[in-house]
Order: sequence, then structure tokens, then C-alpha cells
Amino acid sequence: MDALILQTLNGLDKGSAYALIALGLTLIFGTLGVVNFAHGTLFMIGAFCAVTLQRLLSLSEVTIDPTKKDFLGNALKVKTPYIEAWFGKDVGAAVVNWSVPLSILLAIPVMLVVGFVMERGLIKHFYKRPHADQILVTFGLAIVLQEVIKYYFGANPIPAPAPTDFAGSIDFGVWLGFPPNDIIYPYWRMVYFLFSLVVIGAVFAFLQFTTFGMVVRAGMADRETVGLLGINIDRRFTIMFGIAAVVAGTAGAMYTPINSPAFTMGMNFLVLSFVVVVVGGMGSLPGAVLSGFLLGILESYASMNWIKDVIPGIDQIIIYVIAIIVLLTRPRGLMGRKGVMED
Amino acid sequence: MSKLVLTRRGLLRTGAVAGAGLALPTVFTSRASAFTNEPKGGAVTLGFTVPLTGPYADEGNDELKAFQLAVKHLNGEGDGGMLSTFSSKALNGAGLLGKKVAFVSGDTQTKPDAARAAAKSMIEKDGAIMISGCSSSAVAIALQALCQEAGLINMVGLSHSNDTTGKDKKRNGFRHFFNAYMSAAALAPVLKDMYGADRSAYHLTADYSWGWTQQASMQAATEAIGWKTVANVLTPLASTDFSSYIAPVLNSGADVLILNHYGANMVNSLTQAVQFGLKDKMVNGKQFQIVVPLISELMAKGAGPNIRDIPGSSNWNWKLEDAGTKAFVQSYGKEYGAPPSQAAQTCYAQVMLYADAVARAKSFNPCAVVEALEGYKFDGLGNGPTEYRAEDHQCFKDCLVVKGKEKPDNEFDTLEIVQVTPTEKVTYAPDNKMFAGGDLGQCNPGA
Repeated sequence: MDALILQTLNGLDKGSAYALIALGLTLIFGTLGVVNFAHGTLFMIGAFCAVTLQRLLSLSEVTIDPTKKDFLGNALKVKTPYIEAWFGKDVGAAVVNWSVPLSILLAIPVMLVVGFVMERGLIKHFYKRPHADQILVTFGLAIVLQEVIKYYFGANPIPAPAPTDFAGSIDFGVWLGFPPNDIIYPYWRMVYFLFSLVVIGAVFAFLQFTTFGMVVRAGMADRETVGLLGINIDRRFTIMFGIAAVVAGTAGAMYTPINSPAFTMGMNFLVLSFVVVVVGGMGSLPGAVLSGFLLGILESYASMNWIKDVIPGIDQIIIYVIAIIVLLTRPRGLMGRKGVMED
Repeated sequence: MSKLVLTRRGLLRTGAVAGAGLALPTVFTSRASAFTNEPKGGAVTLGFTVPLTGPYADEGNDELKAFQLAVKHLNGEGDGGMLSTFSSKALNGAGLLGKKVAFVSGDTQTKPDAARAAAKSMIEKDGAIMISGCSSSAVAIALQALCQEAGLINMVGLSHSNDTTGKDKKRNGFRHFFNAYMSAAALAPVLKDMYGADRSAYHLTADYSWGWTQQASMQAATEAIGWKTVANVLTPLASTDFSSYIAPVLNSGADVLILNHYGANMVNSLTQAVQFGLKDKMVNGKQFQIVVPLISELMAKGAGPNIRDIPGSSNWNWKLEDAGTKAFVQSYGKEYGAPPSQAAQTCYAQVMLYADAVARAKSFNPCAVVEALEGYKFDGLGNGPTEYRAEDHQCFKDCLVVKGKEKPDNEFDTLEIVQVTPTEKVTYAPDNKMFAGGDLGQCNPGA
């Protein structure tokens, strides 16, 4: 039982990342009708916003300490971050320590700009083109952006740790009446799960309870009619593209303590996230979220040892097996809408 | 007078034979030289295959730096590095047999197929005479086989699988780096002293040649000191999130987690194991322990504070006090501003050993080089007295038991040497069952 609870928690945090990326993908597909294969790259760029902020905050002045030697026997160069020099050691260290959550403040404007440039500069020219063209051009864009990040940040993963207050783990089992040390779970993964719930809730609230959201939903249902009412739906959809980029970017920034950012991380998530969208139902926001968490949890269950003993390698293919089963039984996915991607 | 009659069947047969002949890679068919890529001009080209992307990219970058430094030293540039401490004095910093040493490099992506493609291009297009470098045993084994077929020497880079000089050994391939058996043989007695004989171990193992042999070696060595093995779970090399694999360890009854992972795999799995509280956990009345059988300085740097107090083994460390190590650390440190890793040291040593063998043999012919390297005893390259054993082309030398340093003095001070295990404690018979099944075969000069 404790193993099952532990894997459920694992699945929830994996599912959080899947759901956040799939949510953005679905927003773009539902509004603009574009199949955006560069969406995983937006997740990766968000992660590198965290790295960038960490580096900016760690910019240091170098002083020579003649009493200590470096590995070559020369006087030791001591680096002191400017932020510590300006605001004092304690404040400076605390700001550097909290660089990952703070990076959200950097990621939001950066991702809005990236999303806007991507949509206005390239993707809008492909609205009326076949989905195959959209896939090709966005996949090409993803490769270009990936290589740009590799050029500037290198090929190696760059550690971006969580604040020390959240670096440890929590004895989750004690809350549920289990003996101590039975179900231990890292703090940051729980923070990430809660963060994903807040973001998902905010997106749904924005679409449900604001006039802007109402117009967007109306546009998703019938773009032409909304346009005939004199509403500039294209501009709103462009903004939605930016919002989807922000969702992916902040998800990437907050994910960095779980997995060190590397230029490949977007592609690693992309294929899985598309499967999540297809299983959830193309164009369905609740479907994307539900499917993200569901597949995350099932993937975690499949990695339990006794299951792998029965079906070796199942943890590597479970998501695709589920996708096949769902598409055979419900061709539109779990919550797919009639007419989406259907001629 | 005979008359040429061209039938449809005859034309097809002739065409098929001609096509097959043309399709054969020229590297396997050319007979113009005495051996593959015999150097004709004033330069000789070495091919360096290193992982610049993938989970072992950190090591690959360091390997490439070491290769570049070695080429500089062979051409008489820089401070000469370990040329001055190397026991052989056949090299004089004037290139190789009067030719300037050049090099080409390629990214293996930590994938055997990409590595083979990169090496093939170096052999066929760039005329490389020797291939060296890698950070994965799967890549090392693939390159060794390719070089054997093509008739080149392969000076294996960082490869730690028993299979490289075991069931997959080749006459044209040589490994300076130590192996999984040696790691386990050095590490197990230290683990017994540190944690006692009554322990239960859970293995997480990278699912490829190196991981398998590392796990088998560690299981055999730890069971020999009285430990029990609870489980061995294979993890894909491409994994980045190990949480699903670590969670079952918590309630498995194991009190030791052995991470048979390397590079970014190990950085991620160790970080996540610590995040899950394993280092602070008490099991069976004992403090839970984590062991990483193969540790490098680069991994220790990537893992940060999580590596502290965790034991493992290394082929070499920049803090060793011998003259060769000191010369290399000075040379590399001045060039790149950081001490070299064990990946850098083994690759630098391999280039020097190849060049020295060419100089002693007075020939680039791979078979002459093989003869010069087999059974060769040397010193001054950082590991103390060392022998390239003729039976399997494995170097035998001291190896290190290390652990993550509790209180590092600076950013490079990540590991401390616990013990230098002497050669005789890690030596095994050529027919040891963990290395069984292979055959060096005959030297192939190619051409």
C-alpha cells in the first residue's frame, strides 16, 4: 500500500509537467488550429530562464587571497557575488538561494516575448496550411531554438537547485498514519505539483470568468461568427499563444530542481505531451489535464518492480499502450470534441 | 575470332558483381598502401571520437581538451606535459616519425551508431591512422570492432565495462582505463571496513554493457564480504527522472543503494536519491548508505553537496603526488584553468602510449604498433608502474578508492582519496569468468 501511495505521488508530479505542457499545446491548437511541435522548446527555454537568473545573480567580483593556494599553487582567486557585496551576505545569499522560484518573474516577460515573436514572425503564416506543414515548420523551429540554447549554454545539464528550505523531503506517510520513514517524498516535487494546480486553475479561471476568456472560448467554438461581430479574434488568439508560452516556460523554470536543465529537455517531453493531448482529446483543455495526470500516474505504477517482473520493459511503453487502447475505444480521445481534426 | 554475345542474364550478373564491388567501402578494399591510411605527406592524422552531447558529455569535453593538449605536446608545443616524466624516451616533441601530428574530432552523442558513423568518416574521408576516445563502453566496443575490421589501432578512451577487454576484446584495441572488476575488487574491502559485513544492497543499473558488468562485479564482490543483494533494477541510459526507480528502494528492506550509473545519469539518480531522504534514513537499525562504484571529479562537481561522504572508485585523481600527475595537472591547469578529470588523463595517456609505440616500432603499421604495446611496461603517466597485458590488452596498475569530500576547500576539491589499491589486489587471470568468451584474434593492418 505504501509503495502504491509513493508511486501515486510520483505520478502526480510527472503528470504535473505533462499536464502543463499539454495544456499549452491544447490552448494553441484550440485557438489557432496550429499543431505546435516547438512547444516543448518553450518548456526548455523557461528552464534556461532559471539558469540565466541564477548566473546573473551569481556574477561575482574576484579578489586575491594570498593566504590560500589554488590547485596550481597560485594565490587563490575568491569570488564574491555582487549581490552579496551590495545587499549584505545574508540577503545576497538568500536571493541566490531562491533563484529558481524568483526566475518565474523573469520567465513571464521572456516567454510572452518569445511567444509573440514566434507567432507573429512565423506561425501566423501557416494558419491556413495543412497540419503536416505546421508540424514540419514548428519541428524545424524547435531544432533551431534547441541549437541556439546549446550554443550559448553548452550541451551539459546545468544544476539549478531548489531553495535549501525545500531541498529535503517530507515524511508524508506519518500524515496518513504510516510508521515514520515509510513514505518519504521530496518537498520540491510537492511544491511543483501544487504549482501546477495553481497554474491550471488560473488558466481555467481566466478562460471561464473574464470577458477576454469568454471571447476566446467563443472564438474557439466559432471563429468566423465572433469575427463577424467586429471582434479582433486574431489579436486575442495571439495573446493566447503568449499565455500558452508562459505556461510552458514557468513550468520549465520550476522543473529545474527536479531535473537539471539541458538543451534536450524540451524534445524529451514533446512526444509524450503530444500523446497526452491525443489521449485527452484534441482541443479539450480538461482532457489534456486529466490525461496528463492519468498517464503520469500509470507510468509510475508501471515502474513498480513486481509489475516489471511480470511484463519487462512495460514502464517504457505504458503511455503508448494506453494511447493505443484509448484511440481504439474512443477515437476522439477521453474528452475530444466532435469535428476537431476531422474532415 | 570470338564474338561477344551480351545476354540479359549475363548483363544482370556482370552488373551485380560490379555493383557489389563498387558498393564495398574503399577502406576495406584499397590495396594501394601497406596498411590502412598509411601516411604519405608531412602530417599524420589522429581521430578523436568523444561524446559532446548525451549523458556523458561532460567527460567528452574534457577528453577533447586532453587530446588537443597531447597533440600539442607531441608537436613540441606547450610545456611538454608528461613527456618529461614518461619512462620511455622515444618521443622527442618533434611530431611522429618526422610528421606533424594533426587530428580530427567527432561527436559520438554517447551512441554506438553515431560513434561508428563519426569514426568511419574520419577513416574514409580524413585518413585517420588511429581512433581514440569515448565515454561509454557500448561506444568503445563498437569502435573497437570497427577499427579491427578497418585495420586501425583503437586506443579506447573512458570505458569501464569488463567486456571491452573481455568477451569483446580485439587485437587492434587497447584499454588504459581500469574496469568494473577492478573497481569492485578495490572497493569491497573498504566498504566492509566502513559499513560492516551485514548489509543488504539494492542496485540501480544503467541498462547496457557497462552497467551490467559493473553490477555483476559489485554483486560478486559485496556478496563475498557477506552482503546480501535485495534487487537489481535496470534503468534506461536515456533516463533523466529516476524517481520511479528510487521510490521502491525506500521499503525494499535494503540498507545500501548501489548506483551503477555514470555521468549525468549518476548526477540525476544520486541527486534524486538524496532528495528522497535516503542519506538520512535508518533501516534495519543502520544508517542507510549510498555507493557509487565509479566516480569522476566531473560527476562529483555536478552532484554538488550530494556526493559528500559517498564512496566509489577512480582510475586516477589530480591530487595524486607522483611526478607524472603533477606535470599533467600543471600543464592542463594552465591551459584550461581547471584540473583534469580521470577521463582527460586516460585519453592523454592513450595518445602518448600510441605515439610512443609508433616511435619505438618506427612504423605506423598497426601490427607493428600492436607488437610494441603488447606486454609493454611503463611508468610516469600518472598511475605508477603499469603493464599493457598481452593476453587481453588491459592495463594493470594501482587504482583508487575515493569518497566525496565532506568539507571541500574550493570548487575543484570534490573527492578525497581513501586508499590507493595496489595492482596485485585488482589483478585477475586472463581466463577469469567475468572476462570469458572473447578472443583477441589476429592483428589486422587493413589496406
